[in-house]
Amino acid sequence: MSKVEFNKETGPREVFCGLTSIVWLHRRMPDAFFLVVGSRTCAHLIQSAAGVMIFAEPRFGTAILEEKDLAGLADAHEELDRVVNDLIARRPEIKTLFLVGSCPSEVIKLDLATVAEKLNKRFLGQVRFVNYSGSGIETTFTQGEDGALKTLIPLMESSNEEKLLLVGTLANNVEDRFKKIFRNLGISNIESFPPRQSTELPKIGKNTKVLLTQPYLSDTVRDLKHRGCEIISAPFPLGIEGSTKWFLAAAKAFKISELKVHEIISPLINRAKLALDSHKEILKGKRLFLLPESQLEISLARFLHNECEMDLIEVGTPYLNKDLMKEEINLLPDNTKIVEGQHVEKQLDRVRESNPDLVVCGMGLANPLEAEGISTKWSIEMVFSPIHGIDQAADLAGLFSKPLKRNQILTSKTLVTH
Amino acid sequence: MELTLWTYEGPPHVGAMRIASSMKDIHYVLHAPQGDTYADLLFTMIERRGQRPPVTYTTFQARDLGGDTAELVKKNIREAVERFKPKTLLVGESCTAELIQDQPGALAKGMGFDMPIVNLELPAYSKKENWGASETFYQLTRTLLKEKVSSSDKINPLRWRELGRRPKVNILGPSLLGFRCRDDVIEIQRILSEQGIDTNVVAPLGASPDDIERLIYAEINICLYQEIAEASCEWLKRNFGMEYTNTIPIGIKNTIEFINEVHEKLDLPLTNKEELENKSKLPWYSKSVDSNYLTGKRVFIFGDGTHAIAAAKIAKEELGFEVVGLGTYSREMARQVRATAKDLNIEALITNNYLEVEDAMKKAAPELVLGTQMERHSAKRLGIPCSVISTPMHVQDVPARYSPQMGWEGANVIFDDWVHPLMMGLEEHLIDMFKHDFEFVDGHQSHLGHTATNTNNILNSDEKKEKNSKEGIIWTESGRAELTKVPFFVRGKVKTNTEKYAILRGIPEISDETLYDAKAYFS
Repeated sequence: MSKVEFNKETGPREVFCGLTSIVWLHRRMPDAFFLVVGSRTCAHLIQSAAGVMIFAEPRFGTAILEEKDLAGLADAHEELDRVVNDLIARRPEIKTLFLVGSCPSEVIKLDLATVAEKLNKRFLGQVRFVNYSGSGIETTFTQGEDGALKTLIPLMESSNEEKLLLVGTLANNVEDRFKKIFRNLGISNIESFPPRQSTELPKIGKNTKVLLTQPYLSDTVRDLKHRGCEIISAPFPLGIEGSTKWFLAAAKAFKISELKVHEIISPLINRAKLALDSHKEILKGKRLFLLPESQLEISLARFLHNECEMDLIEVGTPYLNKDLMKEEINLLPDNTKIVEGQHVEKQLDRVRESNPDLVVCGMGLANPLEAEGISTKWSIEMVFSPIHGIDQAADLAGLFSKPLKRNQILTSKTLVTH
Repeated sequence: MELTLWTYEGPPHVGAMRIASSMKDIHYVLHAPQGDTYADLLFTMIERRGQRPPVTYTTFQARDLGGDTAELVKKNIREAVERFKPKTLLVGESCTAELIQDQPGALAKGMGFDMPIVNLELPAYSKKENWGASETFYQLTRTLLKEKVSSSDKINPLRWRELGRRPKVNILGPSLLGFRCRDDVIEIQRILSEQGIDTNVVAPLGASPDDIERLIYAEINICLYQEIAEASCEWLKRNFGMEYTNTIPIGIKNTIEFINEVHEKLDLPLTNKEELENKSKLPWYSKSVDSNYLTGKRVFIFGDGTHAIAAAKIAKEELGFEVVGLGTYSREMARQVRATAKDLNIEALITNNYLEVEDAMKKAAPELVLGTQMERHSAKRLGIPCSVISTPMHVQDVPARYSPQMGWEGANVIFDDWVHPLMMGLEEHLIDMFKHDFEFVDGHQSHLGHTATNTNNILNSDEKKEKNSKEGIIWTESGRAELTKVPFFVRGKVKTNTEKYAILRGIPEISDETLYDAKAYFS
């Protein structure tokens, strides 16, 4: 392991809670509905984080707790029953309904597991009910996906068939690319989790080899291990280096030679390097400060340093699972400063003191930092853009070079006034 | 429990944040879990603010709940006071903290600070954003001025004469995330100044706690947005005898009435009454001949109470529209909206459910929708032109240009903003009329995009597919040909009406003549 400096910080945080992950999960599984049991704050959070108005009736909603629901839990259970009945009558096409716990539902100890169990009996064969918590008192932003996937694992049937299971939501086009490359490598049985249809869950067992596409799935990984799955240890497929090592790790697990991997992906690498060059020109030598939010920070830091030659000032991460991040941390340059957790005020003090060229941060902080003359890249875009894989390396770099390039354009004087 | 897919208003603590962020030298310590910081982006992204809202979130976690969350609150308060040195501290809680009952306001008061502390109790499970903003502004005003209540005489609105200066007023209610507040304030100040009236304090937008203490140096209050300022205005009236205005100066008639009301309250003679009509282009633009086509346009209105009521008045009296729907999500203003609807012989729609609004919109078959950003989407789906008149805020509702809703310039803005989408609607009609001409390029995209054309296609394919309507009525060749000549935006309505008429009269086949008979019957 490289000599990385680990720090911990506590205090006021500026990060989303796990409910936010509904924004991409509901798009991944169009036959599922996400029903948050929470407050008006929860409803407002999801619609604000999505940053868009709803163009059609959405596949997520909030059962908003009211004063009378807080008075007695029995009534709250009854009320939730009523809301679910109405919802299913209104949206008969729903196949899986996620009951999503929130801060208030956790605090009043609303037992969503029992509710889900009862509803499963009543709607047997029509709708499946599962539950997880996306509450801010327990989860951070992308961790919501961890909860949603974990709750589906008991529904996955067992099979000893050998397969590669890609775990973590990917953009559909990226997923298709990955599958094509794996087939070219000679791995034919590849499935994804979450699947594109909530009812088409992959079967798993001792010959399932799990390859993670996202770094925020600690609980899911643990439960997949319990089901006998083999977890392939690899860095995450961000950038050329991460993706290459990721493909190699998968190939090794399937006893495919390294040579074969290089044969297949070399043309992709060459092409990607070419595309990366123009971004590298802008990013090279620039100083980067990553604030914690998406949990992708460590992988991004590795990519932006190793492939784009940026200097790392500080790498924030909401929480650190050293085991899952082992391969990534090994690739970081010596003396990288990793800070787990956050005290947003103190961290912003450090941002100002260190005078970075680019700060990766949440949407609440971006414009205020820009107003102070510091270029920013908001991190929520990483979870909405197709950034995984070799083919996307230049696009990923582009997310960071664009604000710097724009700054350059706006501060330069290229046209002479006639 | 209420199933909510989308909400017009946020929770009440977001209302409190709107007040805190609008002001200077104030800090708000919010007892809240991780995630509630999402609300910052409303200010930094939607309003494009270059400063973070002055809010410290205690960020308690599940593991803190077994221990001492009260200590966590105190630690955050101590740090926030030390770092931000506010002149007044707001302390409150969001929905989750309300359940654990740490009473952060009481804790703060016991910490020995010498600045005023406002303890905000905003019931998150029964109230919403605008109520929270109103309550916060009221509590803040009360806290900062309550000590002056006993020592002050009632304020005589005529005292400016004795003092030998121009009359002074406060403008209360404008806040961040309020619809066009930034520009309304400029417009109203300009209008008052022209009339020889000075502005003492504008609050909460841009005010400091010191300014709140100075409120009582004005003669009267201008209540610019009832949703935010009425409670404070009422308290100032009760305790200091300060009168406040009731007229919201949106539209020409209301602006003139507002100016009258201010003059009456100050006993200031209004000298330029005749000039006022000509301050805005709206009256003449509305009178000019090409506005004839605006007559009787069916308009559906939904928004916050203040803007919905004002829009109904302008639509009916100043532009000659027919108001076919009126509603609000502001339950606090339901009574006034119902009264206005009653005057218009329609029933008001009071709801927080946008799907109900969309249904009502569909049924009313309007030619123009005046609503929030959500109604803009619904209208787009239905192929109806729309103009946005109310919050909730969208980044488009904070335009770079000066764009008030109030006063003379506000009336100009309203004329353009409401009439242009209608002209586009007309353009749509022309496209439809000329689509058989050889110059017409297939796939021509109008401003409504695919939706408008789709509506046409749906109607056309309906006609093609089912020659007979559901009730077994047959459309003859001549009937169908005539129907296609009807402008697309009323075609659906004409079709339904004609079928209704045919059923009523027992006519089995609809010809072109039946269409005209039905038209005469329903007009």
